[in-house]
Amino acid sequence: MAIVFQKPKSLTDAVLHYCPGCPHGIIHRLVAEAIDALGIEGKAIGVAPVGCAVMAYDYFTCDMIEAAHGRAPATATGIKRSRPENIVFTYQGDGDLASIGMAETVHAAARNENITIIFVNNAIYGMTGGQMAPTSLPGQVTQTSPYGRDVKHCGWPIRVCEMLSTLEGPEYIARVAVNNVKNVKAAGKAIKKAFQNQVEGKGFSLIEVVSACPTNWGMTPKQALNWVESDMIPYYPLGVYKDRSAAKEAEAK
Amino acid sequence: MKTTQILIAGFGGQGILFAGKFLAYKGLLEDLQVSWLPSYGPEMRGGTANCNVILSEEAVGSPIVTDPDVLIAMNLPSLEKYESTVVPGGQIYVDSTLISKKVERSDVQVFYIPATKMANDAGVPTLANMVMMGCVLKNNPELTFDGTAETMQKLVPAKKANLVELNMKALEAGRDYAG
Amino acid sequence: MAERVLMKGNEAIAEAAIQAGCRHYFGYPITPQTEIAAYMAKKMPKIGGTFLQAESEIASINMVYGAAAAGMRVMTSSSSPGISLKGEGLSYIAGSDVPAFVVNVQRGGPGLGGIQPSQSDYFQATKGGGHGDYHMIVLAPASVQEMASLTIKGFNLADKYNMISMILADGTIGQMMEPISFEDVEVEHYDKPWALTGTECKRKHNIVNSLYLQPEVLERKNFERYEKYKVVEENEVLYETYMMDDADYCVVAFGIAARVAKNAVVAARAEGIKAGLIRPITLWPFPKKVLRDAADQVKSFISVELNMGQMIDDIRLATECRRPVTLCNRVGGMIPSPDQVLQSIREAAKGGN
Repeated sequence: MAIVFQKPKSLTDAVLHYCPGCPHGIIHRLVAEAIDALGIEGKAIGVAPVGCAVMAYDYFTCDMIEAAHGRAPATATGIKRSRPENIVFTYQGDGDLASIGMAETVHAAARNENITIIFVNNAIYGMTGGQMAPTSLPGQVTQTSPYGRDVKHCGWPIRVCEMLSTLEGPEYIARVAVNNVKNVKAAGKAIKKAFQNQVEGKGFSLIEVVSACPTNWGMTPKQALNWVESDMIPYYPLGVYKDRSAAKEAEAK
Repeated sequence: MKTTQILIAGFGGQGILFAGKFLAYKGLLEDLQVSWLPSYGPEMRGGTANCNVILSEEAVGSPIVTDPDVLIAMNLPSLEKYESTVVPGGQIYVDSTLISKKVERSDVQVFYIPATKMANDAGVPTLANMVMMGCVLKNNPELTFDGTAETMQKLVPAKKANLVELNMKALEAGRDYAG
Repeated sequence: MAERVLMKGNEAIAEAAIQAGCRHYFGYPITPQTEIAAYMAKKMPKIGGTFLQAESEIASINMVYGAAAAGMRVMTSSSSPGISLKGEGLSYIAGSDVPAFVVNVQRGGPGLGGIQPSQSDYFQATKGGGHGDYHMIVLAPASVQEMASLTIKGFNLADKYNMISMILADGTIGQMMEPISFEDVEVEHYDKPWALTGTECKRKHNIVNSLYLQPEVLERKNFERYEKYKVVEENEVLYETYMMDDADYCVVAFGIAARVAKNAVVAARAEGIKAGLIRPITLWPFPKKVLRDAADQVKSFISVELNMGQMIDDIRLATECRRPVTLCNRVGGMIPSPDQVLQSIREAAKGGN
């Protein structure tokens, strides 16, 4: 019988611990597919965050390290600077990357650190049970914003791609989503490009993946994906925010 | 040679630390045990600066000069602050261009050298520190002027070789001063 | 003998680190240790190494964590407030059992404190600093020569035990110049099969990690780590004794305080007081045995410290409080004079215990 579909080589056989309906599984798969497609499994070193993906080190077959909360870009910098031949990526959530680790994120981008960052934005702290994230939407009810996020009290959600794209440093900044097949395919392409850029030595690539958290949003998986479409994407528009090489090429023409 | 504790003090910018470094290097070339300890921090930027140098035949204990055998004072606050700390029988060298006050103690040997003026006259206005050093080397029984040129060559980076000559000029002016 | 050169303590650390094979430095400027960063910034690009000024102390220690996990000899350096910021990373590195080399050229605290020399991070260095049960090997140089030789030793020990080794110096030793030579410590090399190098698809993936959600597993990890610490305590204690053979009064001091104390011991002997000095060189592991033995001999101990009395607790523990221990100290960037230490010795002698 012909095999028509199988697990990417770069994923281990470990059973994912994520909640039912959680898109982390999809995103892990997209990362693994990119690694497989580029043939970089043996050279890849992944940096797991603190957050729901904290145990990502068990799921990827490449060498892995577990970073401190928010420090993955710094840890990745240390690895990449000392082993420039390896392909180094981080996999981080919104609390990790955009709150406690914002400085590390911004400065790795400013340095055009030749690493790949997969940033999963689901507008909530999942692992700790659903607290307000730096990307929680105005009015969004969470455990620590029980009356809805009041922007007068705790400010506005941060649009990471827009912010980082104002920097000279980074090579490639794009926002994708995994709420439908079309978007998943586009996300896979963007993630692969983010790795390809590193292989080619182009520098810092960050893919923000707009994701969902049915458990902590208090929704069914389907409702959650619909909410991504109706509420998340309007605040976090999808698209390429910065592509230095493409811009240069366009200019040359 | 016994252990000689030297305190050089003045304003930042007078080459206090460099003068100390010169003595330390000289000691090194003479196979002595040496330590050089600068004051550090914001006071270096235009404020007071001082430098502790210890030369000894034995391992240097505390590198902090508390009872100097030799005080080189290159401004008034330094003389006022440290005059009383010099050991009886010790030496105080005073840049008399900048300090008109006289040393009050009678149990120390005092040398007044118009080092800043001499440096200006010799065309090396930034090297009053080395004029003082020349005078110290000549007059301190534990130190000698021998090996000065060699020390300078060691101390000054190759690409600034012209400075060796200028420093030597200042050192010799200090040595030859018969105040 | 190798040629003697004059160097600042901070520069001696940097040069020794390079000689020890360290090619990766991540740091953030802070007085009074910035010469280390400056030296590395100048040298590393010329020898194919990495110097990177990080955005923060936090980032720099996590860069160290990454490079250490990648199997490299790597270091960072800072001064007291910066080390507090690095505390998180130190805990992760210790919890992941990867080797790293860290320098703390201490200044007065707490808070922003001052920039003059201090030893007030003794507790932080020897009792933890970051969260969790862990130790670092803590080396306390008392001369520029030791800044260099203990740096090389520190890299060796870190790799030997997969631990952090820390130089706990102070502003005086960092800033002062003394003659040193570079040939007295051999650079050792250890295999790092656990390192993140990329699997090359030839082996199972390596994971560097400090997370163990099952308490039984985390407990076992801690027990295993403390077994390792026991070996370190048995084999790696370093100290110097001075005039202890017939001493009645034992001064205990490390780093710059020991330099001052030595002068005081000589002065006390000149007065006919039989004083001696024990100088811990490793603060962790602490030289417990030599102090315990000294308690059989001397009438009392005097702990000389540039803090409010931190090592004094370890002296009391080591000697099981069998002899009185008094404190002779200055803080905030002040350094006790030999006279002050001598006075403490005299008082101990008068006490006649």
